[in-house]
Amino acid sequence: MKHYSAFAVAREALRSHTGWERAWRSPEPKKRYDVIIVGAGGHGLATAYYLGKNYGIQNVAIIEKGWLGGGNTGRNTTIIRSNYLQDPSAAIYEKSRSLYEHLSQDLNYNLMFSPRGVIMLAQTHHEVRGYQRTAHANALQGVPTEWIGPQRVKELVPIINLEGPRYPVLGGLWQERGGTARHDAVAWGYARACSAMGMDIIQKCEVTGVRQENGRVTGVDTTKGAIECEKLGIVVAGHSGQLAEMAGFRLPLEAVALQALVSEPIKPCMDVVVMANTVHGYMSQSDKGEMVIGGGTDGFNNYTQRGSFHHIEETVRALVETFPMISRLKMLRQWGGIVDMTGDRSPILSKTPLGNCFINGGWGTGGFKAIPGSGWGMAQLMATGHSPLTEAFSLDRFKEGRFIDESVAAGVAH
Amino acid sequence: MSTRLSKLGRLIDRTKQVSFSFNGTTMRGFAGDTLASALLANDQMMMGRSFKYHRPRGVVASGAEEPNALVGLGEGSRFEPNQRATTTELFEGLSAKSQNHWPNLDFDIGAVNTAFARFLPAGFYYKMFIHPQPFWKHVYEPFIRKSAGLGKAPDAETRDADTYEHFYAFTDVLIIGGGVAGLQAAKAAALTGVKVLLVEQTAHWGGRAPVDGGTIDEGPVDKFVEQIVSELETMDNVTMRLRCMGAGIYDHGYALAYERLTDHAPQVAGPRHRLWRIRAKQIVTATGAIERPLSFAGNDVPGVMLASAMRDYVVNWGVTPGERVVVATNNDDAYRTAITLKNAGVDVLRILDARASGGGALADEVRALGIRVDPGKAIAKVSGGKRVKKVSICNQEGIGGARDEVSCDAVAMSGGWSPVVHLWSHCGGKLIWDDAQAHFRPDPDRPPLGADGAGFVSVAGAANGALALGETLSDANAAGLAAAKAAGGKAKRPKAPLGESAAELPMEPVWLMPANADTPLRVKSWLDFQNDVKVSDVQLAAREGYESVEHTKRYTTLGMATDQGKLSNINGLAILADALNAEIPQVGTTTFRPPYTPISMGAIGGEARGEVFQPIRRTPLHDWHDRNGADWEPVGHWRRPYAYQLPGESVEAAVNREVKNTRENLGLLDASTLGKLIVKGPDAGRFLDMMYTNMMSTLKPGKCRYGLMCSENGFLIDDGVVARIDEDTWLCHTTTGGAERIHAHMEEWLQTEWWDWKVYVANVTEQYAQVAVVGPNARKVLEKLGGMDVSKEALPFMEWRDGQIGGFDCRAYRISFSGELSYEIAVAASRGQAFWDALTEAGKEFGVMPYGTECLHILRAEKGFIMIGDETDGTVIPQDLGLHWALSKKKEDYLGKRAQQRSHMADPDRWKLVGLETVDGSVLPDGAYAVGEGTNANGQRNMIGRVTSTYYSANLDRGIAMGLVKHGPDRMGEVIEIPGTDGKSYKAKIVDPVFFDKDGEKQNV
Repeated sequence: MKHYSAFAVAREALRSHTGWERAWRSPEPKKRYDVIIVGAGGHGLATAYYLGKNYGIQNVAIIEKGWLGGGNTGRNTTIIRSNYLQDPSAAIYEKSRSLYEHLSQDLNYNLMFSPRGVIMLAQTHHEVRGYQRTAHANALQGVPTEWIGPQRVKELVPIINLEGPRYPVLGGLWQERGGTARHDAVAWGYARACSAMGMDIIQKCEVTGVRQENGRVTGVDTTKGAIECEKLGIVVAGHSGQLAEMAGFRLPLEAVALQALVSEPIKPCMDVVVMANTVHGYMSQSDKGEMVIGGGTDGFNNYTQRGSFHHIEETVRALVETFPMISRLKMLRQWGGIVDMTGDRSPILSKTPLGNCFINGGWGTGGFKAIPGSGWGMAQLMATGHSPLTEAFSLDRFKEGRFIDESVAAGVAH
Repeated sequence: MSTRLSKLGRLIDRTKQVSFSFNGTTMRGFAGDTLASALLANDQMMMGRSFKYHRPRGVVASGAEEPNALVGLGEGSRFEPNQRATTTELFEGLSAKSQNHWPNLDFDIGAVNTAFARFLPAGFYYKMFIHPQPFWKHVYEPFIRKSAGLGKAPDAETRDADTYEHFYAFTDVLIIGGGVAGLQAAKAAALTGVKVLLVEQTAHWGGRAPVDGGTIDEGPVDKFVEQIVSELETMDNVTMRLRCMGAGIYDHGYALAYERLTDHAPQVAGPRHRLWRIRAKQIVTATGAIERPLSFAGNDVPGVMLASAMRDYVVNWGVTPGERVVVATNNDDAYRTAITLKNAGVDVLRILDARASGGGALADEVRALGIRVDPGKAIAKVSGGKRVKKVSICNQEGIGGARDEVSCDAVAMSGGWSPVVHLWSHCGGKLIWDDAQAHFRPDPDRPPLGADGAGFVSVAGAANGALALGETLSDANAAGLAAAKAAGGKAKRPKAPLGESAAELPMEPVWLMPANADTPLRVKSWLDFQNDVKVSDVQLAAREGYESVEHTKRYTTLGMATDQGKLSNINGLAILADALNAEIPQVGTTTFRPPYTPISMGAIGGEARGEVFQPIRRTPLHDWHDRNGADWEPVGHWRRPYAYQLPGESVEAAVNREVKNTRENLGLLDASTLGKLIVKGPDAGRFLDMMYTNMMSTLKPGKCRYGLMCSENGFLIDDGVVARIDEDTWLCHTTTGGAERIHAHMEEWLQTEWWDWKVYVANVTEQYAQVAVVGPNARKVLEKLGGMDVSKEALPFMEWRDGQIGGFDCRAYRISFSGELSYEIAVAASRGQAFWDALTEAGKEFGVMPYGTECLHILRAEKGFIMIGDETDGTVIPQDLGLHWALSKKKEDYLGKRAQQRSHMADPDRWKLVGLETVDGSVLPDGAYAVGEGTNANGQRNMIGRVTSTYYSANLDRGIAMGLVKHGPDRMGEVIEIPGTDGKSYKAKIVDPVFFDKDGEKQNV
């Protein structure tokens, strides 16, 4: 892998950038791998990366139906935070956030992780108390967050309207080390690093069946033929249910469309990420200058990767109240992704009823921020059979009633 | 220079001068001008700066596809960034400023980026700025953010001065696009009798056909347009809107249209934009086609323009973009521009036709006008900084060795036409590649599908690839008719008008000019003018393995500008296909997403902003509260008084006063917001037995029971008093915030699981004003008012009676959430204020005072009563709260019962409800956690409980709290540690949660 640096760019500039090598190879699948990961999104690639880096398991294939990073990794609103309420969530998201801090250096790929800070607005007394509770929990979980008053909110977000006639801003939960990263780059950075370790990323290859013998996985059937493996990781977000069906078990998941939109680019006017859960909307400004806006999920199941317009209306309306100046911006583009939701809105990182087959999914609306931590924990689980990061997120919890419900603190959004 | 011609200009009115300003300079145009045409008339070719390199940018198009000519429009609370000059109609006093430069348009420091362009190829930022780690946030990124962005942010301190509205429309056939195709499709559809809605994004009917020439039914196109428009206008079943863009198509025949009502006439009162939300049985997109630029070096220099746009400026607005023009093309259509220019008196120096065979009939016409045509020739490069100076000419089949130079001030380019397939694609319509015309067009066999599995979108005219006038009209006629039939119209077969235009020879795709341009040329050949993506960038992306068209787009930012790639996408993916040695259709397109062009957030929000953003629900007593010092608290959509402040009193003091007074004298609470659901029917009892954990079917009429409601996962979701009204009627009280949710919850079960049960649920919350009359003097005041017998014997605790009090028809419930002697009295909403007044008047001698929600909370906490949302948070089961007594053991089932038998629900380690008292009497912090020893496997401090409610009790003069603690009920008297976020650590004793009147003596009198 050729090292990326300003020097390398300057050197290449002198030969018109003809010397850059491929960021990742495009190999044909081998007959057998130690580990196959289905799904070359952020979570799948990160899982593969830490399998190689932390456990020396490098005979790995990552199989992707479409193009790598093309699912929710490339469709989200790029927010990174770890101010979760419940212990298991705070643990995995904070692990993730702390890995993000150095990930650009680790992968030698600039992911533009920018800890610009995240505010979750409290606009009802109930929310005030909810976020104060989260702040207390976070202090004990080792997640630095802080309850801040309205004036501090205004200092951090000059374009905010504190005195909305409907929902005045009463304060917020502030995580200074939360922020954003460039979503595509996360997938690309991991892919490049995986490829450099000798792992095969096989794009445009759809898994059509899961092979098993005596209750253990033996490989997968794909549109490029059968491929054998010792262990299988299913990391396919919105299509987890289908893969599980191929592997012979069911998941407590449903798939819904989550939408987002961007405005046209304008000069910088908002440095921090603001989430307003009472009115269902969140917004940040990308480095390109677009206001990146997200809202809630559609209330019905589908796989279309597009959503209904009334949700866009609801979200924009809420944000016009919160940031009146966006009334005179224009929506450039709206899009949707398919998220898989569990009953408690927390993910599944787990062994499965099929031996040596593992699953990582159910991230719902909050997967992007979790990519490094999820990969870290999943790799540990797949390599060693146990990870404290993933333990609470096992499939058993639905049978036992051991839910990890974050909706307690955050009504909708991630 | 660009200038106004003395003739032509079919859209302008030369008798009406309009003055406007650009970057502070006053200029003049005519009514009917666009800002772009008016600027060109004032020799202002350069209108902006590009995104990345801050290169000078001139207008390149004449319509919605314009990527360059973006301006900030208006001032103050009416300022709007990134407005396309090409679609901005000129009006008196218009004020525009160019964007993305400092200090000014002509001299921009940011243009230094151009000098470093070779160090800033596609994706450079992924490879640089990696070390040292803190520098990204603190040094590199702020710099990049500042130089990125386009227009200025609108003013944050003032609210948008304009208003917006939403429209709902239902139609049989929606036709998007009012060019000749849309008009003809509308006519064909309308003649069958179906309802037709026709929308056109510009201010004019007819599209570009009148500019392109030809004849329809042997007459001029303008005349045809005039006739068909007036014909359609007389038809009752046709609605037509100009300045109304089809913005998006969604599932189930839903479409959005964006009507710009006053952008062109700000003096007109009324909403600025109107968002049409349309349900159509069938949608026809007659959205035309967009000309493609050619990729040659220097194609971004101001003065290089689409050939069709140049023709538009001459014909529509009587403006010529240059005086000496070179035309470069790969098709016959661009010859029309040469003819138009020449006839308008503009010098056309050369036509460079990349096709070795040259052009057809139009080429002959051009030659006859004395214009030189060079077949097989191409532009090697265009020279010039802020304006085209000269063109170097080479062979198309070569690497770009220049043979010849022509000095000129404008270049018209044409790379062929791409149908506007956006709307077709929004909802899943698929495309096919048309080899002959080298473009994607809708695949009629794979349309967007409706709920019935049949297509609901079709395409007409140029948008369908039918580019020649004759084909356009016959295609549109057929499309309109087919859509109307699919929408239920009676078949008629209107004859398509006969369109005739000059015969054209086939175009030949030219994706790079010259075909084998060497690197120095490719790094100067722009694909995306706004985002500064060049041929070399796409080739670099392909070389580095970003092979998917989506990867290339995201890596290079191709097509991600405000025009969303309307000009650049096809050219870009052709370059990508070439780099990958693949066919264009195999590479495919990126996803087309709504809206077609950007639409204002104001319009999306519509009327609902400010006071009407969400309705505030008001109880019948709302105004009284407001007049009497209410400190409001939003609860759901309601506002409830948190406390009533006397003049000069703090909120805290008010709460303490209310707490003491209610315990000692008499308090009144407006309880009207509590949800009231009538559940009625032969199966109502059976149904409520499933909804509540308690047995409700055995409740006797006249009696009340406190009920708990759980989710199917066993968690407590709501509580309230249920009263049985008669044999088959129950009235269920819910929490204030829960009324709608619980109503929906009941309906969901009734509609999806127990659809055969005979039960009806109605939310009657707003039908009643309900007042809690609370305190030792409660009975006295009611007796003073007179009427029904409210004695202990006649109306015992947990019963209700209908009757009269003080002459008011009412229903009195003997229930208590405070532990005091308490009645809740419901009267008709319209009588609420009068009843409240009567109580206040009669209560004077008994020390009556109203109390708010905080007092309510404190009173219930003193009694250890749980509050939904405080003691519960969606993870708490009744067993955690010591509410076993409310879980019926007689019933076979209720919602949540099986869930509560799961192993974790029965885990003895679950946190359980207790009271908490600080050792020093202080008030515990809200939401704080109690800690145990050590840390868990993830390094987090072990927690053993948390505070769920915490207050200062004026009655006990100390802090009281409720909490959930591991093994709590078994640890009475133990002191636990509760760290605050204020740096302090609190010590609290575990106690019984009932702090006040443990035996309930006060309530049962």
